[in-house]
Amino acid sequence: MLVYADHAATSPLCKEAFHAMQPWLTANGYGNASAMYKIALDAKCRLEDARAAVARALSVLPEEVYFTSGGTESDNWALKGAMELGELRGNRRHLITTAVEHPAVLRVAEWLAKRGCELTVLPVDTLGRVSPEQVAAAVRKDTALVSLIYANNEIGTILPIGDIFAAVKAKDPAVLCHTDAVQAVGHIPVSFSGVDLLTFSGHKFGGPKGTGALYIRKGIPFPAFMHGGGHERGRRSGTENIAGIAGLAAALQAAADNMERHMADTAALRDRLTAGVLAIPYCRMTGDTACRLPGHASFVFDAVEGETIVLGLDIEGVSASSGSACSSGTLDPSHVLLAIGLPHETAHGSLRLTIDASTGAEGVDYIISKLTSVVASRRAMSPLWDDTAGKPVERF
Amino acid sequence: MYTDKVMEHFSSPRNVGEVEDANAVGTVGNPKCGDIMKMTMRISDDVITDVKFKTFGCGAAVATSSIATELVKGKSIKDALAVTNTAVVEALEGLPPAKIHCSVLAEEAIKAAIADYYKRRGIDPTPIVGCDADCPACHSRHAPD
Repeated sequence: MLVYADHAATSPLCKEAFHAMQPWLTANGYGNASAMYKIALDAKCRLEDARAAVARALSVLPEEVYFTSGGTESDNWALKGAMELGELRGNRRHLITTAVEHPAVLRVAEWLAKRGCELTVLPVDTLGRVSPEQVAAAVRKDTALVSLIYANNEIGTILPIGDIFAAVKAKDPAVLCHTDAVQAVGHIPVSFSGVDLLTFSGHKFGGPKGTGALYIRKGIPFPAFMHGGGHERGRRSGTENIAGIAGLAAALQAAADNMERHMADTAALRDRLTAGVLAIPYCRMTGDTACRLPGHASFVFDAVEGETIVLGLDIEGVSASSGSACSSGTLDPSHVLLAIGLPHETAHGSLRLTIDASTGAEGVDYIISKLTSVVASRRAMSPLWDDTAGKPVERF
Repeated sequence: MYTDKVMEHFSSPRNVGEVEDANAVGTVGNPKCGDIMKMTMRISDDVITDVKFKTFGCGAAVATSSIATELVKGKSIKDALAVTNTAVVEALEGLPPAKIHCSVLAEEAIKAAIADYYKRRGIDPTPIVGCDADCPACHSRHAPD
């Protein structure tokens, strides 16, 4: 049996996306949307149809949607563009973000800090949250941008983005508010209240890889990112990936149409999964249990290392991921797990299981059964585990 | 990312556990960095007659410990001390660059166990074993902060 439990990493292409893409990968679907002849105009129409569908699914305006190559590009554009605009608007060089962002935000923020921006990285509580008061208090006269992750990719916590951005705008309406909503869009209803910039990625909700978008609120003179032939209304040049964009739009539309049912089904399965996993001794959940992505379950296990669990599960046909040091190629475990206050030794034992409705009860039960045996067998090999007593060694 | 040999040793590790009448015990690594190896040996007449390991760590840490026990089992102390991290990597048909430290840990675990054997007999292991991976420099190397 094969059970894919890494939907937060990427999702399989949905049938709606596949069917929407196919005509643009075959026959006369190759036209360059900037040209003047029939097949080019067809491509241009398809592009704008896709933009309209995306706008409809998100309840925003079509002219607020800018297609990109994905989440990383959109995050890069949002941060670099906002800081460029901040400087033009009167020496605003301050950027606020959190310690639990995706690297596509954190690495860019650090890069900007090396080039003269002032960076505030807000700490989070044990569930991975920042409060509206905390973020507003960090806003200064020279703050250009606040960038917060909508829903955390490692621990599933959803932030009250609307409340936080309202508090920021109440303090200074000129501060731009960006959210990396890569894990949220297509999975939960996303509020654009107070949002100036929003990142999302196609392959997280059944669309193709290499596709994404940046939402830019109408009226913001936001700078271009890719300079060239003037595509995407002069802000993001590059011949449009019509097949990819059509796939993204179809997947998002399907996700929006089925969201309520899909969320309920997925959350029920996730709760079944969580209950089963928490029956394993010396294991606890990470992230917010209430305000949480429906398909997201994340844990830490005492006395067993995360990569070992992931490899052990893979042998049994279960695909999962871990924020252990070993999966990052450094000696440090995930920055998110350290930021929520886990000690290094605990953070090394992390596991993330992200499912969707297609996982089914059978898939969930299979994961629980295999995970239980993998953890037990690997603990039996661990010097940190007392197999006779069935608990971690008192003191190592 | 791992060779078939690494995955074979990860899936079916050899010599797991603790030697009951061990007279040489070496523990290296640090829970903070996510790798700990504990190697227990029975040494008689300068020959490692039995060896077992327990490891907390990634797939490479498990595989390097497992193959290290195979490389030293039945060997003389002299031959066991000649097992380098490079030999461990070669026996596993390669390790990703980020995992080379696991092979170093395996070499250190062997040395730490043998050093313990000498210490128990009141013999200073340093001239024989060299670094026993139990000095402040070693510990700081394994602790990232």
